[in-house]
Amino acid sequence: MEFFVISLLNGISYGLLLFLLSSGLTLIFSMMGVLNFAHASFYMLGAYFAYAIASKIGFWPALVLAPLLIVVVGALVERFGLRTVHKYGHVAELLFTFGLAYLIEEAVKLVWGQSAVPYRIPQELDGPLFQVFSSVFPKYRAFMMLVSVLMLVTMYLVLTRTRIGLVIQAALTHPQMVEALGHNVQRVFMMVFAGGAALAGIAGVIGGNAFVTSPSMAASVGTIVFVVAVVGGMGSLAGAFIASLLIGLLQTFAVTIDSSLADLFGLIGLHVTSATPLSSVWKLSVSQMAPVMPYLLMVVMMIVRPRGLMGTREG
Amino acid sequence: MNKMRSLMAGATIAFALACSIASAETVRIAYIDTLSGLMGALGNNELKSWQYVTEVANQQDWAGGTKFEMVPFDNKLSPQQSLTLLNEAADQGIRYITQGNGSSVGLALEDAVSKYNARNPGKEIIYLNFAAVDPAMTNARCDYWHFRLDANSDMKMEALTTFLAKDPNVKKVYLIDQDYSFGHDVSRTAQEYLKRKRPDIQIVGDDFHPLAQVKDFSPYASKIKASGADTVITGNWGSDLALLIKAGKDAGVTANYYTYYASTTGVPTAMGAAGAGRVRYVGYMGANTASNPPQANQIMDGFKKKYDDDFFEMAAYTGVALLSKAIKDTKSTDPVKVAKAMEGMKVQSLNGIVEMRASDHQAEQPLVIATWVKADGKDVKYDQEKTGYGWRTDAVLDASSAVQPTTCQMKRPN
Repeated sequence: MEFFVISLLNGISYGLLLFLLSSGLTLIFSMMGVLNFAHASFYMLGAYFAYAIASKIGFWPALVLAPLLIVVVGALVERFGLRTVHKYGHVAELLFTFGLAYLIEEAVKLVWGQSAVPYRIPQELDGPLFQVFSSVFPKYRAFMMLVSVLMLVTMYLVLTRTRIGLVIQAALTHPQMVEALGHNVQRVFMMVFAGGAALAGIAGVIGGNAFVTSPSMAASVGTIVFVVAVVGGMGSLAGAFIASLLIGLLQTFAVTIDSSLADLFGLIGLHVTSATPLSSVWKLSVSQMAPVMPYLLMVVMMIVRPRGLMGTREG
Repeated sequence: MNKMRSLMAGATIAFALACSIASAETVRIAYIDTLSGLMGALGNNELKSWQYVTEVANQQDWAGGTKFEMVPFDNKLSPQQSLTLLNEAADQGIRYITQGNGSSVGLALEDAVSKYNARNPGKEIIYLNFAAVDPAMTNARCDYWHFRLDANSDMKMEALTTFLAKDPNVKKVYLIDQDYSFGHDVSRTAQEYLKRKRPDIQIVGDDFHPLAQVKDFSPYASKIKASGADTVITGNWGSDLALLIKAGKDAGVTANYYTYYASTTGVPTAMGAAGAGRVRYVGYMGANTASNPPQANQIMDGFKKKYDDDFFEMAAYTGVALLSKAIKDTKSTDPVKVAKAMEGMKVQSLNGIVEMRASDHQAEQPLVIATWVKADGKDVKYDQEKTGYGWRTDAVLDASSAVQPTTCQMKRPN
């Protein structure tokens, strides 16, 4: 029971962070049709900016300032990069963001060096929050959950309840009409891109100190964000939310299961020894497979439901 | 035409002369290792260690007039790339190479050097391995031209379990490793050796996870916690190790961690206070070992001053010391003579006497177990990566306590 509760909490908190990470990607894709390969790089930049700011004036200002800086970076990237290559089609945009990811990584290495930097959890958030029997749940993980949920709610309200959200949604389906009504569609796109990047930036601010802030951190989450986007359905925020939680829980609970196919065979009287053909495959435990689960899920999803859980586009 | 020919002959002779003079004075060592990417920071630190030690050797004239020069090549941690670079180094007339990160690279190089030397008599190359620890390299796949300066992973496990077995508080051990050959080796030997030394110790977990893929280690930490383990043995390195320790601290895991690589670049910064008092490593050198010879402090201080970085790749010192002594003794820089001289050679390194065992070219040396604690200026003078924490040496195990038999059938050139 204790183990189950703590695993559930772990899974949900990881899933929420995943959502924060990938929601920006989904947002940008659904609004602009741009598959942003540099998305994870904004996550990394968020962590590094937060580290730089936190070491000068503390974590709390960094929590606000770092995402704002990312907004500026994102806006500049859209204004002077993406908008220029936009007229050459999606391939050019794809290649541009792909190259940008490398550029950002090298820039980070130049400025902050190749090794990890000591970006730490603030003192007041370090420590256990509550106890589940004898296991403890750390404060910082709860804080991560809180920030993720707050961002989720804010995003939902902005998109559905505000004027600006309505313009954004309209620009998505009827850009010409929106332009004819006197709205600056280009600027809307710039805002969406900057906002999407900032979401990844916030994930970086709160994920960078929980995990490790190093130049390889972008590459380490680069694939999982795409898995979330694909499983949830390209361009669907709700889908991304469900997919994130699903992946978080799946991965966490898979780690806890030590059984393998060999054990299953044992139940029906077939005993696997090292002499059995393919014994190493049968002896693979579920926990060993846990980190591969999201990818497995993606492959299955591609086969049975190519548009993802909540996606609207085919394939 | 005749004139042309004589001119060319003259040029050839002049070039040959220039080469032989140059090689008599300067031995170039090709450093073939990763200088970019995931492990780039580590590879760069190790390159600097080699450069610094060769500079010291040149200044203090260890090799009787011969100078050393390091030539860096970036292999991007790829075995294929390393073989290309080996040929490039050979084309440049370099006769000594060194490599360390990744046994997959090491095994490929060991094999390639052996073949190259068989095909190019008179141009032999010596391979100094400073950190690839796969036991196979000095056992089933041993080779005359390969010299391992680090202790192999079986030796480290031997030392680690000997130390651990003396602690009566150890009752439940949890194994967690990266899912590839090295991780499986660590898990297998840990179980074997513990069974031999302390059959009463219970192995309460044996987990594998993919290399550098796991972001959130909290499920593993909860699992360790739930198992009631008091000790964790892990071969993890890089962010896999730092994340495991951080997640453990958050989940309230109170077990001690016994590691191989907690002192390598990046891990100390990432684990910081989370590892204090809990994380140990087994290795050939402790920065704060009281019995370290005075050179150790000189090298560490000098390195810190020059590069503002920590010196821990002591194998570089051992390697240059071995080469220097062999060159001085044989009065030659010819790898054939140097290799022969290095067999069974003993040199003073920064952890004591290191002997290059003749039967398999495996260095035998004292090993230390050290704990990550707050630097206090006395027991722990040197911190690492400016974290304010450093390694307190708990035990120095003499070379004999880690010795392993070898199955190596060394083929020596006539």
